[in-house]
Amino acid sequence: MLRTAGLVTAVVVGLNVYLARYSVRMSPISRGFRGRRREGPAGRVPPGQYVTTDFPVLSAGPTPRTPLDKWTFSIATGGGSKSWTWAEFRALPAETVTADIHCVTRWSKLDTRWQGVSVDVLLDQVEHTAAYVLAFSDGGYTTNLPVADLTGGRAWVAFDFDGKPLAPEHGGPARLLVPHLYFWKSAKWVRGLRLRDTDEPGFWENYGYHMYGDPWREQRYAGD
Amino acid sequence: MAGTAVRGRLNWQLANVGSVTDETARVRTITLDAPDWPEHRAGQHLDVRLTADDGYRAERSYSIASAPGEPLAITVERLDDGEVSPYLADELMAGDELELRGPIGGYFVWSAADGGPLLLMAGGSGIVPLRAMLRERQRSGSTVPARLLYSSRSWDDVIYRAELSGYDATVVHTLTRAQPAGWTGYARRVDERMLAEVAWPASEAALAYVCGPTSFVEAVATGLVRLGYPPERVKTERFGATGG
Amino acid sequence: MEPVDGNAIGGLLLSVFGAEMTAAVGTCASCGATGPVAEFVVYLRGPGTVVRCRSCTAVLMVFTEVRGITCVDLTGLANLTSPST
Repeated sequence: MLRTAGLVTAVVVGLNVYLARYSVRMSPISRGFRGRRREGPAGRVPPGQYVTTDFPVLSAGPTPRTPLDKWTFSIATGGGSKSWTWAEFRALPAETVTADIHCVTRWSKLDTRWQGVSVDVLLDQVEHTAAYVLAFSDGGYTTNLPVADLTGGRAWVAFDFDGKPLAPEHGGPARLLVPHLYFWKSAKWVRGLRLRDTDEPGFWENYGYHMYGDPWREQRYAGD
Repeated sequence: MAGTAVRGRLNWQLANVGSVTDETARVRTITLDAPDWPEHRAGQHLDVRLTADDGYRAERSYSIASAPGEPLAITVERLDDGEVSPYLADELMAGDELELRGPIGGYFVWSAADGGPLLLMAGGSGIVPLRAMLRERQRSGSTVPARLLYSSRSWDDVIYRAELSGYDATVVHTLTRAQPAGWTGYARRVDERMLAEVAWPASEAALAYVCGPTSFVEAVATGLVRLGYPPERVKTERFGATGG
Repeated sequence: MEPVDGNAIGGLLLSVFGAEMTAAVGTCASCGATGPVAEFVVYLRGPGTVVRCRSCTAVLMVFTEVRGITCVDLTGLANLTSPST
C-alpha cells in the first residue's frame, strides 16, 4: 500500500512539475490584447467564434473566371453523371435562405441572405445509393460531406448573396452553401458533386481539418 | 556559430517596448529591447506574436525600420479592420512585453556590398524596409547613387517625411488621393510613364527593391521589367491589401 | 484578400526547416518554373497557408497548424535548394 501510495505521489508530483515547466514555457499574456471577442446574440455564436459584420474573403488560390456559357454543374455517380448548364440550373426552382455562417478561422456572420437551388432538387434527379459526397470546384478545391448533410433542406447551390449575384471573390457564379457546418465545406466556385460510398478527405481535410466540421461541437481539426 | 545564430532566430523571445513614436495619424514606430537579438540586415522583418488572456494567439510580420547596429525598431500602420495592428499602433506602450521571432529574410535584403545604383519603390507602409536600407547606406558610408519613388495617399500619410528629405538620394513622391495646395509633383498611381521618368534606364544595371501592397508591387515590378530591368535585379515584397 | 509572397512565410519556413528559406530556389513540379521562394504566390489567413507557382498557379506547398503541430506538404515542388550561406 505504502509503495503504491508513494508511486501515486511521485506521479502527481511529476505531473505538477511537468505542468509548472510547461506554463513557464507558455507565452506571456500581451497586456491589453483582446483579439476579436465573441459578443453576439445568445445561442447564435458557436464556441471560439467572434461575430463580424464584414464578409472576409479567404482563398487558397486565384479567383476562377469561368464564363457562364462554359459553366456546368454535374453530379457523378458510379454509373454515370447528370449535368446542368447555367441556363438549365437557373431554370430550377430556387429559394431564399437566411443563415448564420461560421468560418473555422473564427469569424461568424449572422443572418446572411442567399438565393440558391436546394441540393435536394439536384440530387432528386440522380439515382444513387451513395452515403458521401466529394464536392469539387474550379481551381481544384474539394471538400467532403455526408449526403445526409446535403439533403433535407440543409444545403444549396447558391448564386445570389445579399440580393445581388454572388461576386467572384465570394465564390460566384455559384458556391455550395451548407451553413450548419464550418464554412470551408461551403465550396466556392463549385462545379459538382462526386457521389461515393466512402468518406474521402477533401483539400483541407487532408491537412488535418475535421472530416465533418460541426461548429457547435467545435470540430475544427481531425480528432476534435 | 552559424548554428547558434539559427537557434536565436528560431525561438520566440521576449522584448520590452522601449518607446513608441507616432509617425503619422495611423503609423507608429516602436523601439524594442531584445536582449538576444542577432544583428539583422536591412530589408529583413520580424514576426510578432500576441497572446490574449484566453490563450488565443495572433502572429503578424513587420519590417524592421532600423539599420543593422541601430536600436531595433519596427513601424506599424493601423489597418482599420486589423486584429493586431490596432493593438500595436494604439494600445502598446513603453515597458510592455512583446514576443518576437527573427530577424527573417535572405532575399529582400541590401547591404553596401550589394552595390547599386539603388532604386527603391515604396507603396504606403512599404517604405519601412526601404528606409532601413537608406539608413544602412548612410551608416556604411556607401556612395552608390540611390533613388526613391514613394507613393502615398496624401502628404500627411508620408512616413518618415522629414527624414527622407535629408538623405543624399533623389526622393520623388507621388500623392494619389489628395495633394497640398501648390503641389507640382506627381498626383497619381505609379505607371510606366512615371517609371520611365524616375527609374534609371536598364543600361545602368540598377538594383531595384519594390515594397508595398500586392497591386502596387505587381504594377511596378512589371513596369520595370518592361523597361528592360532583368527580373533578377527586381526584388519584391508584397504586403497584401489587408492583413493587420 | 490579395495574396502576398514568400517573404511573408519566412518565419514559418524558418521554424519548419530551421533555416532561412526565402532566398531558396524552388522548381514547380507542374510546369518546371524556377524561382526564389520569396516570389511564390502566398495565400494567408485561411484554414492554412497555400503557396502557388507564379507561372502556372499550381499548388507548391501547403501548411496547416493543428494543435501546435505544423503539417507541411511540399509535393508540389520538384526541387527546393537552399542557397549557400
